[in-house]
Amino acid sequence: MNHLLLTAWADLIESLRARWFIVYALVFGGIVVLLFAFGLSESRVMGFTGLSRLLVTYIQLSMAILPIFVLITTVRSVAGDREAGVFEYMLSLPVSLSAWFWGRMSGRFVVVFLPVFVAMVGALLWGAIKGGETPWELFAYYTALLVALCWCFLGIGMLISTLARSSDVAQGAAFVVWLTLLLFLDLILLGVMIRESLPPEDAVALALINPLQVFRTATMMLFDPQLVLLGPTAYVILDNFGRAGYIAYAVCYPIVLGTLCAWIGYQVFKRSDLP
Amino acid sequence: MIRFQHVVKRFRRNVVLKGIDLEITRGQRVALVGSNGAGKTTLIRCLLGEYNCDGEVSIDGQNPRRFRREVLARIGFVPQLPPPLRMPVGQLIRFAASLCDSDPARIEEVAGLLGFDAPGFRGQPFVKLSGGQKQKLLIAIALGRDAELLVMDEPAANLDPKARHILFRLLAEKQQDTAMLISSHRLDEVASLVNRVVEMDQGRVVLDDEVADLVDLSSRLRCRVTMTRAEDAFARALREWHFVLADGERVWEGLVPGPDRLRFLGMLSRYAALLGGLEMLDDDDTESAA
Repeated sequence: MNHLLLTAWADLIESLRARWFIVYALVFGGIVVLLFAFGLSESRVMGFTGLSRLLVTYIQLSMAILPIFVLITTVRSVAGDREAGVFEYMLSLPVSLSAWFWGRMSGRFVVVFLPVFVAMVGALLWGAIKGGETPWELFAYYTALLVALCWCFLGIGMLISTLARSSDVAQGAAFVVWLTLLLFLDLILLGVMIRESLPPEDAVALALINPLQVFRTATMMLFDPQLVLLGPTAYVILDNFGRAGYIAYAVCYPIVLGTLCAWIGYQVFKRSDLP
Repeated sequence: MIRFQHVVKRFRRNVVLKGIDLEITRGQRVALVGSNGAGKTTLIRCLLGEYNCDGEVSIDGQNPRRFRREVLARIGFVPQLPPPLRMPVGQLIRFAASLCDSDPARIEEVAGLLGFDAPGFRGQPFVKLSGGQKQKLLIAIALGRDAELLVMDEPAANLDPKARHILFRLLAEKQQDTAMLISSHRLDEVASLVNRVVEMDQGRVVLDDEVADLVDLSSRLRCRVTMTRAEDAFARALREWHFVLADGERVWEGLVPGPDRLRFLGMLSRYAALLGGLEMLDDDDTESAA
């Protein structure tokens, strides 16, 4: 079997047996159960009812939880494996560094994406059994966004893991990265900067660079196509991208960013001491 | 086969290897000894291409960092501390066998010889095995393939006397066409396994000596130990070597792997005052005499 696939499979099996994965899967499964339990699928907000409403809420919650979960679990397990001697042994086997690095990243992607996706599919199935209408377009769009978000933060996590030599430093760095991105959301630091007369172009550029903000705006766009909630900034986005253009950007940009971070991580990894 | 040419390894300002020059040829079994912090593990990691270093490390002329797959395909490695892998035993065997182009059945067979029933533990996570079982499996993965170089860090540390004997026998089968680098912080642990001793201290080679290669790795000694009086601590120590009472409460008999004779005598020396008699005969001699 191809070495990349072998490594990906090995990482998948390792992760599925890890405690963090159980917690991670329970959190996302739990969110869906809670949303059903609190009758969210029967409520109506901004024209969304039933499963569409549930999906909108689920994706908003995912945006809040997923990045920090992916970052922390990735850096903890990758840097932790290095500290515990897993790298020393596994990299004494004749596997190429590229197959090892990208195999681990691929395996890890499946592990972080699967629970989120399965929870969403479970919600749709349950809703369909209950007689609800399945919002396929919304489902496909959210799936693409979740793929992009998982890949993006996984790439950032792999970069941090290769730069930090201990799991403590890696965890601290991951938390700082997440906090910085969080602060540069439109409702926190970006709002303050605009109030302090930051040129609008700069504010929009910052919003377009921050993957969290990109994801937030993209999810917002579905229930608020004119982005009224964003205020005047919406004109810049809609005039430059258009709705379809921005949706494409929101899916492609995080994937490119994640790949770029992972690629830099790989370059650092293959040039540095491995264990 | 292996060549270290003025190898220097630094971790920031700390120089761990200070210009190592060493050559090891096929058929040589080298004990790499030295106290903690001497640089043994760092040297091994440089050899495996896991560390960048100044100077040159090559195996059959190939740099292990640049030609990773080609070089590592010829090296069997047993680490001192087993990695905390959660993957099941069966998957670890398949994973290693696939990467090394080996047959999983061959690895299971070697594990079986060492006393570890790999098929019986196929679904068990590696990390849940006992220290000895982990060691046996890692040795089986290293020996269950066509390695031309065996790099082992305290390979027999967690093994019982029977498994040690099998390990010595397996190593004996490979000694003609395989180079071995066996690391230990105690010479008596590995002395009988090797025909060359390299001692390291503070990142330098302080001793490089050939040693008499008279001990047959696969030999065994039939031993009879007589105590002057029954003593629990001495009895426990003998039981750990799988000795059994032969006569009354003071005479014990058992088999000691040939290369382990120094370790065994080291153990006996702790109870020298209680030693009433000692007989050690080559097991082949005793069998032919019978």
